[in-house]
Amino acid sequence: MELEQRVIKIVSEAANVETSNVQASTNFVDDLNLDSLDMVEMMMKMEEEFGIDIPEEKTEDLKTISDVTNFLKQNAN
Amino acid sequence: MKVNRVAVTGLGAMCGLGNNLDTVWKNAIAGKSGITTIPDIDPEKYPVQFAGRVKDFEISENLLNKKEWARFDTFIHYALHSADEAIKQSGLLEADYPKEMIGSIIGTGLGGFPSIENTVRIYDEKGPRRVGPFFIPSFIPNMATGKISMLYNFRGINYAASSACASAGHAISAAANEIMLGRQDAIITGGSEAVISGLTISGFNSMKALSRWNDRPQEASRPFDTDRNGFVIGDGAGILVLENYDKAKARGATIYAELVGHASTADAYHITAPHPEGEGTVPCMLQSLKYAGIAAEQIDYINAHGTSTPAGDIAETNAIKAAFKEHAYKLDVSSTKSMTGHLLGAAGGLESVFCVMALKEGVMPPTINLQNQDEACDLNYVPNTAKKKDIQYALNNSFGFGGTNSTLIFKKGS
Repeated sequence: MELEQRVIKIVSEAANVETSNVQASTNFVDDLNLDSLDMVEMMMKMEEEFGIDIPEEKTEDLKTISDVTNFLKQNAN
Repeated sequence: MKVNRVAVTGLGAMCGLGNNLDTVWKNAIAGKSGITTIPDIDPEKYPVQFAGRVKDFEISENLLNKKEWARFDTFIHYALHSADEAIKQSGLLEADYPKEMIGSIIGTGLGGFPSIENTVRIYDEKGPRRVGPFFIPSFIPNMATGKISMLYNFRGINYAASSACASAGHAISAAANEIMLGRQDAIITGGSEAVISGLTISGFNSMKALSRWNDRPQEASRPFDTDRNGFVIGDGAGILVLENYDKAKARGATIYAELVGHASTADAYHITAPHPEGEGTVPCMLQSLKYAGIAAEQIDYINAHGTSTPAGDIAETNAIKAAFKEHAYKLDVSSTKSMTGHLLGAAGGLESVFCVMALKEGVMPPTINLQNQDEACDLNYVPNTAKKKDIQYALNNSFGFGGTNSTLIFKKGS
């Protein structure tokens, strides 16, 4: 599965929505109504899925699917 | 000061006998056992391999969406399921009480203990950064009652009562007080417990508190029988809607029973053993009679704490004899734990539901597995078969580790 699809899968599970409702531009808070606890849990799942550490201060800048995919591309091993 | 009467207007129940009130009650008066071998159990981890566990249960997505299932430990699922049943039965959602006058007080002995047990494993294996943000909300004892408030927009009093196996009894007492004093119009109350796990079974087992009859689980819970050898752990929930009697009547609600008396005492004796002379439990029963304003002779039925431990059943029998004198031999006593196992902090909730149903239906559920009655347990325990009788008053005892006691008295609804 390509990177963006893997991200979309985690996000759609966190928001309990169909993957078809999530696109590159989807905003976690404005579009999916995720709260701060949802966000922490989702970022933990990203860390496990992609085997990286996302620093806590960085998570605040990750607001959309494309923010996450860009971060992952820049920080991939 | 005017003290309000307290009506029971809704009931919800789930345990090893079934997942709704009708099934649980039908199986209870049929004298069935809800105790079974735990499937796929690891005998290394579980010295005791059977329990009175809820079976084939999945909570409705209307109460918890799938995303939330893993975020809340099982006692919360049970509480929401049985509370929904009780609330729907009561018609409370159509009543026009102010939202801040409807509360919820739910008892639980251990809360989300399995969630703690599982998360410690993750913490040890993967480190503190893998402990998720939903861990704390998943197990705190008041999250069951908290989620009830959120589901139905009840903004009244909201907390958990925790006093081991007396938790639900104390929750119901606290709820009754709020209504008696006019501080709340209606309260969702009772108890929920779901702690059948390797760690809890090991802990209770090393106290020598559990029956180890792994080869005959359905016979293991046998209160007042000579061969009783410990309690059987169970899980589930028992929920009641308590309501200001006059207001319930005015809105045309069905009144299943009235909670007329309740009392709570302490043994001040030992961390786990009951006081052998009942110095806590006798005054508990007597005070509840006094608060109810009725004579001991008016009690028809006692749903006993009766856990099937060698010491506990004798101590309770002696306490009933001390409190009721000759009438102890005339009333009927049964332990439904013979069928459900011991629901710990939810026991008083489920057994209050049984008391209300016994009053409403005119039939007392039996004590099953009573083959050779212990000579020291010489009361009428409704052995093995339910007993039909039109009864007016039923009393429920719950006693907890820490030496804490609860007695509730229900009167048949009119």
